[in-house]
Amino acid sequence: MAGLNINEMLIVTEAPHTRGKNTTSGIMLDVIIALIPALIAGIIVFGFRSLVLTAVCMVSAVAFEWTWCKILKKPSTVGDFSAALTGLLLALNLPVTMPYWMAICGSLFAIVVVKQFFGGIGHNFMNPALAARAFLLTSWAQAMTTWAVPFSNTSIFSGADAVTSATPLAQLAQTVDATSSATAVAESAAKLPSYMDLFLGNIGGCIGEVSAVAILIGAAYLLARRVISIRIPGAYILTVAVLTFIFGGRDGFFTGDALYHVLSGGLLLGAFFMATDYVTTPYTKKGQIIFGVGCGVLTSVIRLYGGYPEGVSYSILLMNVVSPLIERYTVPKKYGAVKPEKGGAN
Amino acid sequence: MIFKGKTVVGPATFKGGIHPEDMKAATCKKPIVDLPASKEMVYPLQQSLGVPAVPCVEIGDRVLMGQKIAEAGGFVSAHIHSAVSGTVTAIEPRMTVSGIKMNSIIIENDELDEFCDSIKPLDWRKLSPKEIVDAVREAGVVGLGGATFPTHIKLSPPEGKKIEYVIINGAECEPYLTSDHRAMLETPEEIIEGMKIMLKVFGLKVAYIGIEINKPDAIKKIAEFAEKEKDVEIKVVKLKTKYPQGSEKHLIKAVTGKEVPSGKLPVDAGAVVDNIDTCAAIGRVFMYGAPLLKRIVTVSGDCIQNPSNFRVRIGTNVQDVIEKCGGFVKPAAKIIIGGPMMGVAISDVDIPIIKGSAGILGFSADMVAKKKVQNCLRCGKCVEGCPMNLLPNVLKDAAMRDDLETLNKLGAMDCIQCGSCTYVCPAEQTPLQYIRTGKAKLIKARQEAKK
Repeated sequence: MAGLNINEMLIVTEAPHTRGKNTTSGIMLDVIIALIPALIAGIIVFGFRSLVLTAVCMVSAVAFEWTWCKILKKPSTVGDFSAALTGLLLALNLPVTMPYWMAICGSLFAIVVVKQFFGGIGHNFMNPALAARAFLLTSWAQAMTTWAVPFSNTSIFSGADAVTSATPLAQLAQTVDATSSATAVAESAAKLPSYMDLFLGNIGGCIGEVSAVAILIGAAYLLARRVISIRIPGAYILTVAVLTFIFGGRDGFFTGDALYHVLSGGLLLGAFFMATDYVTTPYTKKGQIIFGVGCGVLTSVIRLYGGYPEGVSYSILLMNVVSPLIERYTVPKKYGAVKPEKGGAN
Repeated sequence: MIFKGKTVVGPATFKGGIHPEDMKAATCKKPIVDLPASKEMVYPLQQSLGVPAVPCVEIGDRVLMGQKIAEAGGFVSAHIHSAVSGTVTAIEPRMTVSGIKMNSIIIENDELDEFCDSIKPLDWRKLSPKEIVDAVREAGVVGLGGATFPTHIKLSPPEGKKIEYVIINGAECEPYLTSDHRAMLETPEEIIEGMKIMLKVFGLKVAYIGIEINKPDAIKKIAEFAEKEKDVEIKVVKLKTKYPQGSEKHLIKAVTGKEVPSGKLPVDAGAVVDNIDTCAAIGRVFMYGAPLLKRIVTVSGDCIQNPSNFRVRIGTNVQDVIEKCGGFVKPAAKIIIGGPMMGVAISDVDIPIIKGSAGILGFSADMVAKKKVQNCLRCGKCVEGCPMNLLPNVLKDAAMRDDLETLNKLGAMDCIQCGSCTYVCPAEQTPLQYIRTGKAKLIKARQEAKK
């Protein structure tokens, strides 16, 4: 074309001709960055083995993803960092004493069974890391509920020599257990960690869930970057706080220790990092609130009345399964929606 | 949204939408420059929504500047006028912005700019609303925002429908484009005059002009002129800077709080919306007796040497316009007529500027690199961004499997094709592209059902 500096063939595509800066890998990387404070807290509290275990989980998750894509001759999706994130989340949901080979089994289950069997990223109906955690808990209950005492410095090579402790939630459950004697209750209550211990992480538990402050720093980063909205975690945490306050007390209604329930266990980690997983949660705004409330109700019921001291993972997994149903009933009202005319409905 | 007594109100907006980088800095300070016409002027007969115009000149005729060369071909159609004096050399198919050849009137410009004697000012105050609308129709004014809907139709609401809100669209939410911004700064008198004329047509006293707050100088300028008006009230509505704030439906929502019912027209919400330059064009019809001969075109993009705002005569060759900006500094890989969100990519620059050409953008290869499409993450960013509150991800899937029932039920026909969903998608998916094909299939199915 005369005179003008134009490519021989102009690109002709449909509008829009410009794209936003969001990318899948950018989002996954943001979540990984946001989890670093929780990981650091875990390393400080439980020692160097936390880091090694995390590396094992992440490397194995990425390796399984790569291998699967290779076997199926699909383009590799390792570059979107979703497998690395799954590995990291899985590690943060494990006790520091978890044998490495079991953790690798968890990665295999998360990546191959939960994610790739259903079509890879975007198609899994359950959070892979949480499903793997549930799988490990069923398979090796003992290993999954051995909690190292904070600052006991677990050996890198074997977790077996760790001094074990109870999680704050298990201890709390004892204090409100109606069948215990008064002295037993008093003893348990005296052993409960303080709010400050819960906040900073001086407690037993999974690697990533012990320090509330570390999790909140990461959550603030995700909110500021608009990777997540407050709808799901807000609804989730608020519901747990309200329900445990009403029903969680030994001395009748409205005497429960809501703050203790919010700060302890996997609630904060679950609410901000797992219940906000795009793939397995509703994409409608109303649906996200319902999802959060549903998780909160299930978690409270399991914690207060169930056989397990903790219920965050099962609550989120159960709500994952009903997400498509929630979406179906929360279709937003479109702009200019008109009431269906008589007989015009359906 | 409307506060009594104040000239400047807002900020107002709508639910949803996106925040693309506005990229307006390159041209928003560039005054509008009058561009000479091309030697050969080309007038495609389809320049407005509706049916094409019908030529009323013959090959060999001498035409004057402002002379009507094609008559509206029906009710939804508009006249076309020559923007130069010269000779009709051909009426033949020529390449147009839509990528197809279309019957066009070719005029050899004699560069004398000899005026047609029908061009003389008209006093609209002495005319009846009907006479005003006829004059606008005679001048071939169409919506200059890009949709090119014939303006005289907007000015004549159907029997039984009452207009309550006259709204002028100065949102200019498309990135890169600054033509409306410059028009507000440089021709506020014409805009205010146009608004007064529209008020007279509808027998109203209050008109609204919506401007995004990223144009504070324009808000100030228009407010300054609005305050001078004593007989009518002109309210400047500040709008949040958000795409697609300039969509007719979303401007109505922001200004009036009302929604245009699904499948209906703005008139059903009691509103008429006209673009800034369209409004100024209405003003010019009476101030100077001028038919629609020129439009403002922003030329920008990373390849353009000197991004500029031009007042271009309709019929001018796009290539000539680009050359006036110093051409391309790096090879252009994509050239767009209009804005980057809703504009049309062209395959050939040898096409004329028509009434709806709001901008020319030249993008280099790095701006338009095709990225690999990944799986949908179900992140819901398209749902959050959709200004019509639809579910673009679900509509896309429905369109892919030809599920017309779902498309219909979930409001595919309400999609305004703003492209927000495709813009925000982190997985490089293109929901809008699929919804478009879905809509086309729905329309076809409906037409077949009618038969």
